[in-house]
Amino acid sequence: MAPNVLSAALLIARKDLAIEYRTRTAFFSAAVFALLGIVIFYFAWDPTAVSAMDLAPGVLWAIFTFSGLLGLQRSFGIEQADRAIDALLGAPIARESIYLGKAIANLVFVAAVQVIAIPAVELFYGVPLLEHAGMLAFIALLAAIGLVAVGTLFSAMAVNTKLAEMLLPVLSLPFFVPIVIPAAQATARLLSGRPESEIVGWLKLLIAFDIVFVAACTLAFPFTIEE
Amino acid sequence: MITTRDLGRRFGARIAVRDVTLSLDAGDCLALFGPNGAGKSTLLRMLAGLLRPTDGIGTVAGVALPGGAELRAAIGYISHASMLYGALSARENVELAAKLFGVGDPRAQSRLALERMALSTRADTPVRLLSRGMQQRVSIARATVHDPRVVLLDEPFTGLDDSGSAALASHLAALRDSGRTMVLVTHQIAEGLALATHAAIMRDGAVVRLEAGETIDPSTYLMVYREHVTHGA
Repeated sequence: MAPNVLSAALLIARKDLAIEYRTRTAFFSAAVFALLGIVIFYFAWDPTAVSAMDLAPGVLWAIFTFSGLLGLQRSFGIEQADRAIDALLGAPIARESIYLGKAIANLVFVAAVQVIAIPAVELFYGVPLLEHAGMLAFIALLAAIGLVAVGTLFSAMAVNTKLAEMLLPVLSLPFFVPIVIPAAQATARLLSGRPESEIVGWLKLLIAFDIVFVAACTLAFPFTIEE
Repeated sequence: MITTRDLGRRFGARIAVRDVTLSLDAGDCLALFGPNGAGKSTLLRMLAGLLRPTDGIGTVAGVALPGGAELRAAIGYISHASMLYGALSARENVELAAKLFGVGDPRAQSRLALERMALSTRADTPVRLLSRGMQQRVSIARATVHDPRVVLLDEPFTGLDDSGSAALASHLAALRDSGRTMVLVTHQIAEGLALATHAAIMRDGAVVRLEAGETIDPSTYLMVYREHVTHGA
């Protein structure tokens, strides 16, 4: 009997992560991009004009967003190389499991980049990110779910076009905005020690967008791969 | 095993396949010839459940097209692209397919599938390091690990040298002789006819000639093909 949606999704995610682990092309690109971005922001920063507490959340989320795109770009790219996507589409599994599997792998990818970027931001900007590690990880996870949900869908849509590398950011970035704004706001309030009630509102907004994006993108995915 | 009536597919205003009527039983092998753009691959993708027909009806392995998971479970699809992941080993590629098809004991079955293709010694080699011929054999192992009743092949000889083509032809003959229904899209007339129980020529999306069994004359078929394709006989 063919695997159910979740089992098939996990098989696909595991396969994607195994490929990334062996090639490491997207991860190294994203990690180098993230570190370079943090360094460039640091040298362009005038600490007498903007405090580290005000700048760091913006830097963090700008870096996450753009470095995540590098991984998303590759997500369906590896399926196109030898038309491996046809083997997945020819398997007796739900189309949604392909999307969910890709999304899970992308989530791990984005999380891995975050693991590198967060300490780097703390190191350069001297903000106490790791002091709030638990809450920050929760915000990062919620934001990553939203970014990955949208990005995975658009990666599938863009990969068959000649302008895939340009099209993915153009399609994705407007949809990233409602995720990045609450994530950056929640992070800023967390770092400046504001009351929890001020953070909860932004988290609720993040959760709401996550639910909408994950549901809508999962349902839309089978139509994006129809020829 | 495969029946279609007036099957067709349009992409917008363009008609890629039109009015295809076929009937194949278990153990039949249809060799499908035609120039590039004739609609062969589109027809094959419809039979594989990868593409939704826009006209006509058809059943494959008892399931009406476009079918769903049940149809896909009965099909093994092989194309000129390997459909493999270069970074994974031959065994991992075949095992992934076995798991996605819900094969019992996927590890043992993928080992057997690779053994049938004489690839046991290269099972742990990343696919990107294998020759084109070996990749094609892995591709066959991947497509047949779930013991499909119908095997669809889209230009499987592309890029193979003479010995690779001969080895592939012998593997395909074994598949046919094991009672699977096969549709083979190819430009290699001789290789195709050697395997075929039925032969068809497509042009401009339509089947312009279809014949079966003893009526196929390999010695004159190339001439017949050229007449149909070049002169529209």
